[in-house]
Amino acid sequence: MIPELGHYALMLAFGLALIQGTMPIVGTRTKDPVLMSVAAPVALAQFAFVAIAFLALAECYVASDFSVLNVFENSNSQMPLIYRLTSVWGNHEGSMMLWISILAFFGALVAAFGNNLPVVLKANALAVQGWIAAAFELFILMTSNPFLRIPDAPFEGRDLNPILQDPGLAFHPPMLYLGYVGFSIAFSFAIAALLEGRIDAAWARWVRPWVLVAWMCLTLGIAGGSYWSYYELGWGGFWFWDPVENASLMPWLAGTALLHSAVVMEKRAALKVWTILLAILTFSLSLMGTFLVRSGVLTSVHAFAVDPRRGIFILAILVLFIGGALSLYAWRAPLLKQGGLFAPISREGALVFNNLFLTSACATVLVGTLYPLALQALTGEKISVGPPFFDSTFGPLFVPLMLVMPFGPLMGWKRGDLLGAAQRLFAAAMLSAVAIAATFALVRGGPVLAPFGVGVAVFVMMGAATDIAERTMILRLPFRAAARRAIGLPRSAWGTAFAHFGIGVTLLGIIGVTAWGSERIAAIKPGQSLTISHYRVTFDGTFNRAGPNYQDIVGHFTVRRPNGQFVGVLEPSHRTFPARDMAVTEAALMSRGVSQIYVSLGDPNPDGSVAVRLYYKPHVLMIWLGAVFMFFGGGLSLSDRRLRIGAPRPAKTRAALQAAE
Amino acid sequence: MLWIIFALMTAAAIFVVLWPLGRKSAVERGGSDLVVYQDQLEEIGRDRSAGLIGEAEAEAARVEVSRRLLAAADTKAMAKPPASNPALPLRRRRMAAVSALLVLPLVPLGLYLMLGSPNIPGQPAFARIKTPQGNESIDSLISQVEDHLAKNPNDGAGWEVIAPVYMRLGRFDDAAAAWRKALVLNGDTATRESNLGEALVGAANGIVTVEAKQRFERALALDPHEPKARYFIGLADEQDGNRDGAASKWRALLADAPAEAPWVSFVRQSLARVTGEPVPETSGPSAADMAAAANMSDQQRTAMIRGMVAKLSDQLHANGDDVEGWLRLVRAYVVLGDRDKAKDTAADARRALSSHPDELKRIDELVKDLGLEG
Repeated sequence: MIPELGHYALMLAFGLALIQGTMPIVGTRTKDPVLMSVAAPVALAQFAFVAIAFLALAECYVASDFSVLNVFENSNSQMPLIYRLTSVWGNHEGSMMLWISILAFFGALVAAFGNNLPVVLKANALAVQGWIAAAFELFILMTSNPFLRIPDAPFEGRDLNPILQDPGLAFHPPMLYLGYVGFSIAFSFAIAALLEGRIDAAWARWVRPWVLVAWMCLTLGIAGGSYWSYYELGWGGFWFWDPVENASLMPWLAGTALLHSAVVMEKRAALKVWTILLAILTFSLSLMGTFLVRSGVLTSVHAFAVDPRRGIFILAILVLFIGGALSLYAWRAPLLKQGGLFAPISREGALVFNNLFLTSACATVLVGTLYPLALQALTGEKISVGPPFFDSTFGPLFVPLMLVMPFGPLMGWKRGDLLGAAQRLFAAAMLSAVAIAATFALVRGGPVLAPFGVGVAVFVMMGAATDIAERTMILRLPFRAAARRAIGLPRSAWGTAFAHFGIGVTLLGIIGVTAWGSERIAAIKPGQSLTISHYRVTFDGTFNRAGPNYQDIVGHFTVRRPNGQFVGVLEPSHRTFPARDMAVTEAALMSRGVSQIYVSLGDPNPDGSVAVRLYYKPHVLMIWLGAVFMFFGGGLSLSDRRLRIGAPRPAKTRAALQAAE
Repeated sequence: MLWIIFALMTAAAIFVVLWPLGRKSAVERGGSDLVVYQDQLEEIGRDRSAGLIGEAEAEAARVEVSRRLLAAADTKAMAKPPASNPALPLRRRRMAAVSALLVLPLVPLGLYLMLGSPNIPGQPAFARIKTPQGNESIDSLISQVEDHLAKNPNDGAGWEVIAPVYMRLGRFDDAAAAWRKALVLNGDTATRESNLGEALVGAANGIVTVEAKQRFERALALDPHEPKARYFIGLADEQDGNRDGAASKWRALLADAPAEAPWVSFVRQSLARVTGEPVPETSGPSAADMAAAANMSDQQRTAMIRGMVAKLSDQLHANGDDVEGWLRLVRAYVVLGDRDKAKDTAADARRALSSHPDELKRIDELVKDLGLEG
């Protein structure tokens, strides 16, 4: 009964989405407040029914109800509870359910907490959310239905793809989807503004928290996905320029640009038309990511299903929403009033610079991702665009961005003082020069440019610190006064600093691991050792171990310093899953500070030796640590009370303000 | 029960739409951009008093935000709702209510009738395992033993239990693997060796392979009287073209055999095959069955066949993976002259095999050959 309840709830949600998409629009067209007010409760109810459907599916997975085809195909009663749960979204149908659940969740958040929004904007935005929800619910019901049944339930399921049986999968897709789908709110607001034909600075303030939430989740989702592929795929790469990864990077780049242009719009009422376009593009790129991953256009770990019918359906959704939005934009955007003016050297100017380079970087990724596909479709020729292309296009676009980034927050609105900002960044630049010199002096090997990369990363990090130091005047005022200023500083300023600092940390990690990482690949017998960096790794032998639904051949390695001092034990394994007749390698990692030793086990040879891949990854953890900084910075910005207008503010502040005026 | 819950869910959804429509005027009061600009003004004051911006910049910003504030206030004043005919929105709202009353029950219901399976109960695996019913299929028992062995791969007795079951089901590869485990865990015996040999022969479609022969030879080394190994060694001779060798080995085997051994008649038949002599005295039990069938009336015979067909049908409905079984069942109904049943069976088969396109094709071909379409 549970699966049927979920099935029907999804259908009801589709019906409600149809109403959510039409009735409020009729209301805003005819200026009927009653019809407009239908939007919020319907959006909440739609979420409730989608949630029932999702929970029903999850219950089927947890209880291993193999009368549900989707559960039979992707689960197994022997799997631990956590993987029975994560396999809900470890397959095509279930992940689409997660997609619409998050979509409905965001819609419900707008409905419930959007009381500070003008009624018309809210009604229109929720209606657009309704269209998106209806399109995807229909897609699920018609082509990817997870609630289809098997009359005679088999006794055991086919198991989840072993590569996906990993804690990484528990968190990274939901985070990624929170990001993708979160941008739908910005999209809905943009379309709503275009429908209404009116947009002003306030719009940016209403949209920014949503963009911020989406951006934070996407940042963490991308980082999580990268970490997952780092340790699960067995060869220690953290980024492959795989089309699926690019599909998540593009909305991130566009979303980052949107985040910054929305600031300009809020503060100066400038860049309105551009911000609207970015909002549309960001969500379009998210949709395209879904299309690329789900249609089977790309063959990779992520393409759970290869089904042309689905591809055509998603393509239709894509054309409808992106095409429709851009047409509406072309028609309505000229009507929007232009806003404030600014000099090229100013905070706005720096943010425009940021937008320019971010969107260019996004465009290069787009070209690099789609060009091979287009070429194959047109000429049948198969080419692969790999790291060399992206290194030589994406890299040069990011370097100026990094160099200018510290200047932005230090410049004033409207007219900035470049010289003043440069003077204040003098210390950061000096530190960066010291870092370059020190790297040259202390580290041998690696590319010549690498120390300069370290310099850029240090400059970015110190630039972020400079911003805070300047605002708190920590170097000029006594500590107590500076601390008071630090507390009084808007949280968004702290957020900016943290996020920018995080970029520097990530950059440092990437440079460290690509320039100075080392690897050893060898077939070794028990008792033999390999030396990597300043560690000696001894292979002690293998043993068998049984897991709940797999068998492990575990290699036992001891890590010692050259002088024999014991450091730790590494146990990589070769894992076989009988239910799918598949094997995966489970790498073993040992963290030393932010660096890691990484071992993965290959196939055993007949002579008793085992192929071993041993890596030393200096600073590798900083890549993901930086993302955590960015996430935290986003969180600080989000908690800034300016983004929560409508919330009652403490009376004390008000009194202080009156005194000041 | 299911339909009652569906009805309640639908009613709740309709209520959510009708409730705001029923209100005389919108109670919901939205925010406005005025608030944002006022807040921005306050913020400028706060930044100024904290010393984050200079007085001149603060003044400029204040002027700019005030300008926005005034513009927003103007638009708000102009955009007063038009005092139109009050009957018009009322009619529109009624139409909206009616459309909700139509869309909400009809769209989901239509979809559900198309896609839903209201008659299939949920079957959570844990509930099924915990409450064993009398009619548990052999498949479920096997899967339970398999689960047990997956967790305790060193349970030699378990392997010994499941191996003969595999043999009977024709899963010779699995049987061979199980016997191998049993051999390793429980030690070499002649019986185990020759059972493994038998499984290998089964896996090779009745051919005594080199490895199988080695197994039988090892069994005979352990116990020269092991009858199964002696029989198969003879069979190996026959397959090598050494009919005399086979005949002499089997004659020796029969000479040692206890009279009541169940395999005696079988060996005799094999012996008759290689020597070309007729089978002496005793006739096999299968011959007796055939004779009994020959003596039956037509009615009795049909009843017997129907009984067998019904049994096959039950098996297939319990476990629909067996495409050969389905093909046989469809043919059987056609032979019995029951074309409707044959059509139904073909439909059942399609449903059961829906996830195997190749096997579906075979069903479709048979249906076409027998002219069962339409």
